Amino acid sequence: MSKEKTYVEDVDRSLYDFRYDESDKDFYKVESGLTPEIVEQISEEKNDPDWMRELRLKSLEIFNEKGMGQWGPPIDGLDMNNIVTYVRPKTKMSANWEDVPKDIKDTFERLGIPQAERKSLAGVGAQYDSELVYHNVRKEVAEQGVVYTDIESALHGPYADLIKDHFMHLITPHDHKFAALHGAVWSGGSFVYVPKGVSVEIPLQSYFRLNAPGAGQFEHTLIIVDEGADLHFIEGCSAPKYNVANLHAGAVELFVGKNARLRYSTIENWSKNMYNLNTKRAKIEEGGKMEWVSGSFGSHVSYLYPMTILNGEGAQMEYTGITFAGKGQNLDTGMKVVHNAPHTTSVVSAKSISKDGGISTYRSSVVVNNKAKGAKSSVSCASLMLDDISRSDTIPAMDVRTQDADVGHEAKIGRISDEAVFYLMSRGISEEDARAMIVSGFADNVSKELPLEYAVEMNNLIRLEMKGTIG
Amino acid sequence: MSDPLLKVRQLTVNVEDKEILHQVDLDIAKGETHVLMGPNGAGKSTLGYALMGNPRYEVTGGSVAFDGADLLDESADQRARSGLFLSFQNPLEVPGITLGNFIRNAVEQRTGERVRLWNFRKQLEKECEILDMDPSYVDRDLNVGFSGGEKKKAEILQLLMLKPKLAILDETDSGLDVDAVRTVSKGVEEYQKQQDGALLIITHNTGILSSLKVDYTHVLVSGQIVGGGDASLVDEINRDGYEKYEARAKAAE
Repeated sequence: MSKEKTYVEDVDRSLYDFRYDESDKDFYKVESGLTPEIVEQISEEKNDPDWMRELRLKSLEIFNEKGMGQWGPPIDGLDMNNIVTYVRPKTKMSANWEDVPKDIKDTFERLGIPQAERKSLAGVGAQYDSELVYHNVRKEVAEQGVVYTDIESALHGPYADLIKDHFMHLITPHDHKFAALHGAVWSGGSFVYVPKGVSVEIPLQSYFRLNAPGAGQFEHTLIIVDEGADLHFIEGCSAPKYNVANLHAGAVELFVGKNARLRYSTIENWSKNMYNLNTKRAKIEEGGKMEWVSGSFGSHVSYLYPMTILNGEGAQMEYTGITFAGKGQNLDTGMKVVHNAPHTTSVVSAKSISKDGGISTYRSSVVVNNKAKGAKSSVSCASLMLDDISRSDTIPAMDVRTQDADVGHEAKIGRISDEAVFYLMSRGISEEDARAMIVSGFADNVSKELPLEYAVEMNNLIRLEMKGTIG
Repeated sequence: MSDPLLKVRQLTVNVEDKEILHQVDLDIAKGETHVLMGPNGAGKSTLGYALMGNPRYEVTGGSVAFDGADLLDESADQRARSGLFLSFQNPLEVPGITLGNFIRNAVEQRTGERVRLWNFRKQLEKECEILDMDPSYVDRDLNVGFSGGEKKKAEILQLLMLKPKLAILDETDSGLDVDAVRTVSKGVEEYQKQQDGALLIITHNTGILSSLKVDYTHVLVSGQIVGGGDASLVDEINRDGYEKYEARAKAAE
């Protein structure tokens, strides 16, 4: 049997890898490393209110005191003294696409962002390095009273107090070292407010692009969905590949009001030199519903466990996620849910794929407090290993403090079945396509949850990752 | 006479370093229907898998020509594209791909042309009707949660859509009730008529053969073909069993 022996070191990321010469003098960036002076400088640059400046400096103190987390994959490759925490693109934010500088515009054009906005989005924010360069929301959505803007402007507008009351209240700088780091140097991100009873029919989207080598991205996303309101928010991330470590330590704080619903979808495709240490947390009130949809493909190391606090009676959470770890990737993903009220429910379906020595770990924590009578939680995770050198682990923790709860966990770890590959091949499908088909099929429940163009992007990513895996 | 469609010479096959098939010869001409019988463990499925190119079945000797080309040089997908088909005894479940999309993909590979959706859909529905199969199966994941009978019908549906030159049916009738066997047999007959398609039917029963005209019957015992004849041999074996042939196989060792 003639077989092509190919091995592709890294997938063809040409779509994501293009970059412009960044030696431009117009660029403003702070020195690498972290000192109170640098934090003051960022604060000055951003014209922070006093409370924010204090929060930053306090966070820096906490960062310096806190040790590294003692779980998860090693992050020795990350030297904070080499990370540039703030890189301002050479432009001001604009609500007019035409005003965005050509190179940045081209970058986003190639990623399909403006096209997607025209087609199927209610609003778009695009962040380039540390700052939003573009933010726009459809007129009819704005007329419903929906606010979608960058946090910096919101801090000086009519929602300043609302932000002050929520910003880093759900994720505090005390949570862990990188939450503290985030508090000190955060920049960019989005603020969304959906008023009572308003349903946003089409999704809002933020796209994060980290272009500068050796830089960190620390965007903050704050979303408040008021009583009875409904929103779908999509976040996409990418970066070109450099030989130095980049760091992403964003924070996402989500507040879902009584009987409100929020769906938060992420397709993350950071380049494989990225340390993705992101923190996401949601608090759900009575009868509210949180839906997480998550696809993690990129980064060198990820720590990502979106957390949901089901705080009101009958609050619900659904999590659907997939993680794909290839060569040189160690992705530690999962979720955490706290049942804090009666009759709260959580349903988790987590999948992972590992190949070429990639390590994928599912780590989760389900906490049911004694107040949460009649709570239900069901967790199912499945992993697929594509070869003998890859690794997949499942580390679920459960802490149930009431008799009156129904908590279940199931885990399946499998390999791609040679018989299934042969079956597909016996119908004329090539080995490579057969494998890609099985892997896409495995990921199907996630792509079904995504808007069409993201599902297509995810399937393309799988296809790219599967190329040249036959040898 | 021109070369037969399938020409197997001295085929020897190992599974996990154990020789299962010993120097098998077999000729099947275009449009012919052959039946392969034999006791359990004789190597019937091994022959099917080896012809289709399952990498677990290692060919250690002999040659196979299919439609004039050397089959053993080709991977399973190439064999399928050149017109060979195997109906699996235990079709595999593949979540996340619908039966319809899978067949469409396979047809495109087989023909090298893009399928026109409307016509494709019409044809699928027509073939489903022949097989007494609810068309909703087409939108379900490939074999996932199908009953044994539905899995076999789905195999024959693929046969009808892919239009191969030679189809190997590996106990397609096993585990089916009388009605289902009749339906499947009707589907196979349809393939025979439409395509002038050749068949190698591995079976223990006469049910599936009821509406088919059988040209040859082969008896495989202990990895060797030890007998052959016309259609009447099927009845004879069902009456008398394999005793006579087992003795022959012993003698040949």
